[in-house]
Amino acid sequence: MSQQEIEVILSRHLAEHLALPIFIVDPEGNMLFYNEPAEALLGIRYQDTGSMPASEWSTIFQPTEQDGTPIHPEELPLMLAMMKRHPAHRRFWIRGLDGVQRQIELTAFPLIGQGERFVGAIAIFWEITQ
Amino acid sequence: MKATLWGTRGSLASPGPDTVRYGGNTSCVSVLGPEGTLLVLDAGTGMRCLGLNLPAELQRVDILLTQLHMDHIQGLPFFAPLRRPGVEVHLYGPASTMLSLRARLMRYLSPPLFPVSIRELPGALHFHELPSGSVAIGEFTVKAQLIIHPNPTVGYRLETDRLALTYIPDHEPSLGAFSFPRNKEWTSGFNLAEGADLLIHDAQYTAEEYRNRVGFGHSSLEQALGFAQLTGVRQLIPFHHDPSHGDGMIDIMLEEAIDELHPAFKITPGMEGLEVLVGG
Repeated sequence: MSQQEIEVILSRHLAEHLALPIFIVDPEGNMLFYNEPAEALLGIRYQDTGSMPASEWSTIFQPTEQDGTPIHPEELPLMLAMMKRHPAHRRFWIRGLDGVQRQIELTAFPLIGQGERFVGAIAIFWEITQ
Repeated sequence: MKATLWGTRGSLASPGPDTVRYGGNTSCVSVLGPEGTLLVLDAGTGMRCLGLNLPAELQRVDILLTQLHMDHIQGLPFFAPLRRPGVEVHLYGPASTMLSLRARLMRYLSPPLFPVSIRELPGALHFHELPSGSVAIGEFTVKAQLIIHPNPTVGYRLETDRLALTYIPDHEPSLGAFSFPRNKEWTSGFNLAEGADLLIHDAQYTAEEYRNRVGFGHSSLEQALGFAQLTGVRQLIPFHHDPSHGDGMIDIMLEEAIDELHPAFKITPGMEGLEVLVGG
């Protein structure tokens, strides 16, 4: 397996040291990593899933509006950050693989390295508890 | 392919009786290709001696800078070919977001830090920015890739038809790696070094020193050996010795690390003046 880009390696390093839930994808949208705080909201450990294609992670957590309307994968902030290469933000609901439905707020932005290299995207999210 | 070490010291030139064998000059390595192409890796203080040893009829030289920290560029204005009219000098280095390679080098190569500016040098100087990717220089394919070290820093892999030399003088691969040194996918520099015939790599600290300098951008000798093991190189030259480490201390560090790790590859201590026939 080829080595990840240095900016992605350092993003993962940062994610491992932050208490905020973080999710990292590569330029094709494949999920590369999520940290322990994200595991708590997604209801599954990274060690149990490993990396995941975009088609899988964008649907497996069943993202919906408050009224239960499904959100199309291409409308998710992380997919928007990846495809349009600008930051995106949204509040929505997911169902973790532990079966618990949670409202989350998520901000995603593209990872653009030296030389304008697009190396992926990163999402920081948190649970809305009130 | 022949590599010659003209400067092996990290961070600060450290001449004196304690550094006679391993050397006191900072990073500079020349690599001569099988068809005569000359590449120079970094422009530390060792570059002055290299310049004095090059033939007067030299027409072209390609200098590959890994970064612009002082210990990697201080020898540049003292490199004799730069002062010879008619010599074509190509300078490669990492790009940055805000300033060109030339503009960043000008910070050092201009008053008050240095009396002579780049534009006053008589040789033809060409700048090339290398965030990543590869370039053909003579018989070499030169691959550059960003690696973990403060400020934009690249490592280089020089390939000919048969051989590969990897040069990563300042590198902290354990930072950010997932269970270093076991995971190839998440280890900085892996692609550059994989299966190289010769790896010249940062080995600045003892394990004890590293514990107090995490994030400084350097490796302990043990980490350098671990990185070499992970990447499956044939030969390692530990390099970029700490200024505070005298010859006797580096001898002991090498002896202890080799005894403990029993590496499967050849280790050749990085000494100033050392000539290595790559793959030989």
